[in-house]
Amino acid sequence: MEAAQLATTATETASEELSLDIRGLTKVFGGLRAVSDFDMTVPRGGLYGLIGPNGAGKTTVFNMITGLYAPTEGQILFQGQELSGAAPYRITRMGIARTFQNIRLFQGLTVLDNVRIAFHTHSGYNLVEAISRLGRFGRQERALTERAQDLLAVFGLQDRQLELAKNLPYGEQRRLEIARALATQPQLLLLDEPAAGMNPTESETLMGLIRFVREEFALTILLIEHQMRVVMGICEWITVMDFGQVIARGTPEEIRTNENVIVAYLGHASGREL
Amino acid sequence: MNRILAKTLLRPVVWVIYAALAAGLLYGIGYLVQLNGPTYFAQAILDGLRLGFVYALIALGYTMVYGIVRLINFAHGDVFMVGAFASYYAVARYGWSFVPAILFAMVICLLLNIVIERVAYKPLREAPRIASLITAIGVSFFLESFTALRFAFSADYITYKRPFEVTVWKFWGLSITNATVIIVGVTLALVLGLQYVIRRTKIGKAMRATSLDKSAARLMGINVDGVITFTFALGAALAGAAGTLYAIAFPQIWTFMGIMPGLKAFTAAVLGGIGSVPGAFVGSLLMGTVDVLVVSFLPLGSRLRDLFAFLVLIVVFLVKPTGIFGEPQVEKV
Amino acid sequence: MKRLQVPSWITTLAVALLAFFGVWYAKQGGHISVYWYQVVQLAAITAISALGLNLIYGFNGQFSLGHIGFYAIGAYGSALITKDYVTKWSGSQTGALAWMLAGQIGLVFALVLINKLGLPVVKKRISSSLSEHLAPHEANTLGTLAVLLISAASLAASVAVALGLHALLAPALETIISSLPEGASRPLIFALALINGGSIAALVSYLVGLALLRLGSDYFGIATLGFAVMVYTALQNSDLVIETMKGARGMVGIPPWSTWPWVAGGLVLLAIVMRNMLRSSHGRAMISVREDEIASQSMGVDVTQLKNLAFTMGGFYAGVAGALYAHLYGFLHPSSFSMIKGFDPLIIIVFGGLGSMTGTILASVMFALVIEGLRVILPQGFEDWRFVIYPIILLLIMLLRPSGLLGTSEWGWLRAPLPPERDIPVPNRSLRGSAVSASSEEE
Repeated sequence: MEAAQLATTATETASEELSLDIRGLTKVFGGLRAVSDFDMTVPRGGLYGLIGPNGAGKTTVFNMITGLYAPTEGQILFQGQELSGAAPYRITRMGIARTFQNIRLFQGLTVLDNVRIAFHTHSGYNLVEAISRLGRFGRQERALTERAQDLLAVFGLQDRQLELAKNLPYGEQRRLEIARALATQPQLLLLDEPAAGMNPTESETLMGLIRFVREEFALTILLIEHQMRVVMGICEWITVMDFGQVIARGTPEEIRTNENVIVAYLGHASGREL
Repeated sequence: MNRILAKTLLRPVVWVIYAALAAGLLYGIGYLVQLNGPTYFAQAILDGLRLGFVYALIALGYTMVYGIVRLINFAHGDVFMVGAFASYYAVARYGWSFVPAILFAMVICLLLNIVIERVAYKPLREAPRIASLITAIGVSFFLESFTALRFAFSADYITYKRPFEVTVWKFWGLSITNATVIIVGVTLALVLGLQYVIRRTKIGKAMRATSLDKSAARLMGINVDGVITFTFALGAALAGAAGTLYAIAFPQIWTFMGIMPGLKAFTAAVLGGIGSVPGAFVGSLLMGTVDVLVVSFLPLGSRLRDLFAFLVLIVVFLVKPTGIFGEPQVEKV
Repeated sequence: MKRLQVPSWITTLAVALLAFFGVWYAKQGGHISVYWYQVVQLAAITAISALGLNLIYGFNGQFSLGHIGFYAIGAYGSALITKDYVTKWSGSQTGALAWMLAGQIGLVFALVLINKLGLPVVKKRISSSLSEHLAPHEANTLGTLAVLLISAASLAASVAVALGLHALLAPALETIISSLPEGASRPLIFALALINGGSIAALVSYLVGLALLRLGSDYFGIATLGFAVMVYTALQNSDLVIETMKGARGMVGIPPWSTWPWVAGGLVLLAIVMRNMLRSSHGRAMISVREDEIASQSMGVDVTQLKNLAFTMGGFYAGVAGALYAHLYGFLHPSSFSMIKGFDPLIIIVFGGLGSMTGTILASVMFALVIEGLRVILPQGFEDWRFVIYPIILLLIMLLRPSGLLGTSEWGWLRAPLPPERDIPVPNRSLRGSAVSASSEEE
């Protein structure tokens, strides 16, 4: 009895230092086990990767972390706090932001508004002040706009602020999505295939940008990616999924030579490296 | 300890609630049965189901069109009205009998709906969805007002002449007319026929494919425009039959008669889970039964029937937001 | 080169003043008949209602077909108050007003109470704590029972609050109104009636939204349409509850107090409120729900709250519009609030442009002109053709301009203000200098 209690206290103290602590996470759709008994920890300040072939369940994990799907089983702790069952907007307000695999910008709105919407929680004025234009409105609205513009500048989008999001070229849409996620002022940033559809030069730039952002905003980053160059290039630790289960975890070096991973990706292990 | 406490104390509470609910329901039904006698009650249920069968024919057209083009075709109720008038002219003016009359109504509605689809919906297929909804409302207004003109059907109530004499049979005090038998029979035949078309024929397969994914269907070589036209035609034929049967059941027709049955049939389709053929059928039977029960039992029922019809809809939505047979839609993220 | 621009609010104010005094002058100088004077007012009233629907559907993306129901509630709700002032149908000049105020405050009290108790959370907590010992359905039933009991208790409390308030309010209101000269009490009662029409509609709309907003888009549309039909049926039988509403015979004896200054003032005030709300953080968040609900949630936006806000505000607009309508002709009939009439605001906002306030106001005016203009243009004996030609016009417009007159664009002061000009510091020199701009130029 006492020993068990001690053990829980020990893990809880440990989880205080962890940004993310996922235990036994499972998601069943109808008869399909999309994610099965998934465990993962991400320390604060880490830059971790989650990889795996198509349909391995990576995005489902993201959707459960951000509250869009309710887990069938399992626990997600964010900085020691239980997340399962919380509404997505509450999870975002707790400090988790994300981007989407298939880019979900507010297409019909301007680049600036896309970012300002993500600042909504921190707008600093209430509805009455907004309608009457009195009180804190003027000052806070200007401050909010300037912060949004500064953030856009980090991503090289300062000259695009009045353009509609849907009119941006693909690479800029990807960057805008990251900027928008950062506007929610997260501690943990989840990037879902940030380099998808980018050419080598572009993904090179993106890698630099991710590193920069992590330093500048003191973030923990977890990213899903298909392009091995990107994952191997920037991640400190990688978890590999296949068919909803973790098949390997380790440093990029370890993953590169891991037989399970090579089988999952190439179908057979012939002494090659990824 | 806690566990035993919960089990011994709380579980009985739950079962008392269940028993009370069941008793309440039974008492309610029992009360209605003894209020005017069991025969009256059974007759009301029977009439309700008969109305439900007519609603089902209308609802199927709504639900099929919705399933394929995601359009609430507000003009469908007015196509139903045209069906009633077509059979009226066939019977009263030309002296046709029932079968040619109903076939005539079906063909007229079918042609009408093909024209409507070509003129009002097809040009807007790539436009925002709301645009075709507005044109559907426009077509509905047009059909109602145009047919109400003096040289068309006129805006008066017209007494519908049934194509056959009504015979009443008595079973244990229940009166069943040959009209009821015909309504139920024709509806069942048409619904089974429709199920056959959708499940077993090539065009039915194409319809199902189109409703799942229009662009994939097009890539598979399906003539999507053709399928859409076919769906509109099929739905309209059913509406034409429904118009005829409705007029036989309630022999008073006028050009605005399509609005309420149309709306209720659509609501029934939604109630059952839109896009689902069995759902439309069950929803319609429920809607018809509620309709007639309210009229038969509530004081002022005939004045308040629409209120209760939609109350049922909202209650069902509160319990099951996608209707009785509706699948919850999970948006892919 | 930048050239000096007139601030947009000046041009907009100028246009508004021109429109206001134009109509005023035409009326005072006898250049337009009473009939056309009423048509102009009706256009402005329709614009108020349509603005409300555009907020719900055009800006927030919730497909409501039940707007006419809230319009009707506002109309009848306010008519009961002013008719009381004129005819004392309830026994005293302010009886209806006192009851309505007390009832609304009681209801708000109950809602705040239920909200503070956090019922869904309570239910979840009870169910989950019990489910360790009991079967899920048993735990669920007990949770529901607890929630129902709490709701019933708070409703009872609110009834008590309402009764208490009424006992205080009724005599107080009566003394105030009777002590004022008629020149003061009449506009006061009218203003109170207008606000009441709006607030009753908003309250009902909040409740409807609470129950229905979680439905998917088309399901929500059909459920709200059902609500509107329920309101219509209830109004047809309203004489069963309140005799003076006269049910299907139509309510008479409402003082015709709506004049151009009241109507235009209402439109301007409500348009300013809506514009200011939309051009703020709350408004942008509201619009983001229309654009992408999932992304919106993921940006920390409380989607449910904003949907409720838009729907309640939209209901308020419909209610005020209905109240003004009730006092335009002094006569109300349920057929003015039928399902068919209910499509009018939808047609107007689609035609004007979903998500465009400017478009809505323009389209409302054009709508009134077309409907009434046809009445004038058509030769004798062809009046019935009005509703044959109108849908044809509608069809042609939709076929030619499926996204409406203005799309989502706005004019003048209604547009989103541009961010102030400033030099934006670029912190990330390496990215800006080389790869970022290079890669964006490649595309």
